[in-house]
Amino acid sequence: MPVDRLIASLLCDFAKLLTGVRGIWRGSEPNVRPRVYFANHRSHVDFVLIWASLPHHLRAVTRPVAAADYWLTSSLKRYLIERVFRGVTIDRNPRRDHPNPVKQMGEALAAGESLIVFPEGTRNPDEGLLPFKGGIHHLYRAYPEIELIPVWIENLGRVMPKGSLIPVPLLCSLTFGPPLPRLEGETRAEFLARAHSALLALAPPPD
Amino acid sequence: MSLNDTLLAVFGGIFGLLAVASIIGAVLKHRLSPAAPHDVIDNLNARIKAWWAMILLIGAAIWAGKVGVITLFALISLQCLREFVSLTHTRRGDHRALVWSFFFFLPLQYYLIAIDWYGLFTILIPVYAFLLLPISESLGADTTRFLERAAKVQWGLMICVYCLSHVPALLTLDIPGFEGRGVLLVVFLVLTVQASDVFQYLWGKLLGRHKVSPAISPSKTLEGLAGGVLTATAVGAALWWITPFSPLQAGLVALVINVLGFFGGFVLSAIKRDRGVKDWGSMIEGHGGMLDRVDSISFSAPIFFHIVRYWWVV
Repeated sequence: MPVDRLIASLLCDFAKLLTGVRGIWRGSEPNVRPRVYFANHRSHVDFVLIWASLPHHLRAVTRPVAAADYWLTSSLKRYLIERVFRGVTIDRNPRRDHPNPVKQMGEALAAGESLIVFPEGTRNPDEGLLPFKGGIHHLYRAYPEIELIPVWIENLGRVMPKGSLIPVPLLCSLTFGPPLPRLEGETRAEFLARAHSALLALAPPPD
Repeated sequence: MSLNDTLLAVFGGIFGLLAVASIIGAVLKHRLSPAAPHDVIDNLNARIKAWWAMILLIGAAIWAGKVGVITLFALISLQCLREFVSLTHTRRGDHRALVWSFFFFLPLQYYLIAIDWYGLFTILIPVYAFLLLPISESLGADTTRFLERAAKVQWGLMICVYCLSHVPALLTLDIPGFEGRGVLLVVFLVLTVQASDVFQYLWGKLLGRHKVSPAISPSKTLEGLAGGVLTATAVGAALWWITPFSPLQAGLVALVINVLGFFGGFVLSAIKRDRGVKDWGSMIEGHGGMLDRVDSISFSAPIFFHIVRYWWVV
């Protein structure tokens, strides 16, 4: 729908104006190969910034993975995530009769689309990075042809921290790191630790 | 000379100089590296191009009158404060104080200039913000590095809002025999201090050998400092005819604000170095962020304001 796309592009422009976001590609280039962008998670609008800093032709094939328990709770949120951002809404604690999240994400990848995921699984109110959930490991194992790109989002958590209503107009920067290399004979825990430190390596030094 | 004729003469002169600078930049590019990128020359040309945009913007603001100048500097303050707070570390508990800074103190400070309420303008941030913001931060119940965080927010407001707001505040000064020409004080201050930055850069690039302080700024040299400050002081003295000053007074005032301007850049460089960055942002091509461009004005504007207010306002 053209109206949905117009709203998407307006929201991206608004986010850019509000946050002054600049995307810094360090070790990877924006291209259309199916990818999983994995980022630190500070606020509900994180994925909008990643989306906004991608070139136009990539936005059309990149879908955020969003939590159903937040985004499907009102008709406005449902409209935004399903129609405007074309998100893949997953159940964070799936029951047996619900669709399997890894399978849902896999369908998008198999269709040649890229995903934006937040492997911490929830918004992190503090500095640093929470331990990763296992979903990203399933994707890594099940889809050997995709690239996993770490994306560090700096400052967005400060623009609108959990529980606050008014955003302050700080500047955000997004750092896209190099694709995670594929290693043989790695355990799940080892992989998650490696992905975790690859993302943390993009963060500015703490003070 | 009427105000309009004076402004036309000054801006005509600046555009002439920029045209000459653009031609020199193009010739240098053609001579030294017509095809391949050249760091110094390309940066020089980016700076000259940005100067065209900045001078046009200032010209447009002055043409729009008092409201235009106040609005321009309020927006500059907004951008500087964004850059400052983005680069300094704040925590969740600071959010409330930041909301107050951005959406209450910043607009109010400039509104007070618009309604010419000097008494409150001059104490709003040093007194009211100074007391109220830590109260609001303490309600965040986060004591980690509390003093440091409260100080950072206050410092950002002082540098980015309070100090810079003294530029449009020049319009409120009543100087006998200089009625309605306050905007020329803005032109004098901005031109002199920015000329100092430009000449420090040029003299530094041409003659710079001895670094002032390698730990703080790798690009600031003694030769650049002396040459830049002295040349810009001459520029200030030569602009005496647009001010209420005599040529000697104009030169002395220019010297004071140029030295302060230099240290403004120096102090803010120390903060950048501490945070491990070269520029405050990327808004102005070739110059870095907004705060990189106006750090010298921030340090010189309040002193210039009070020099004029003390000696020339009755």
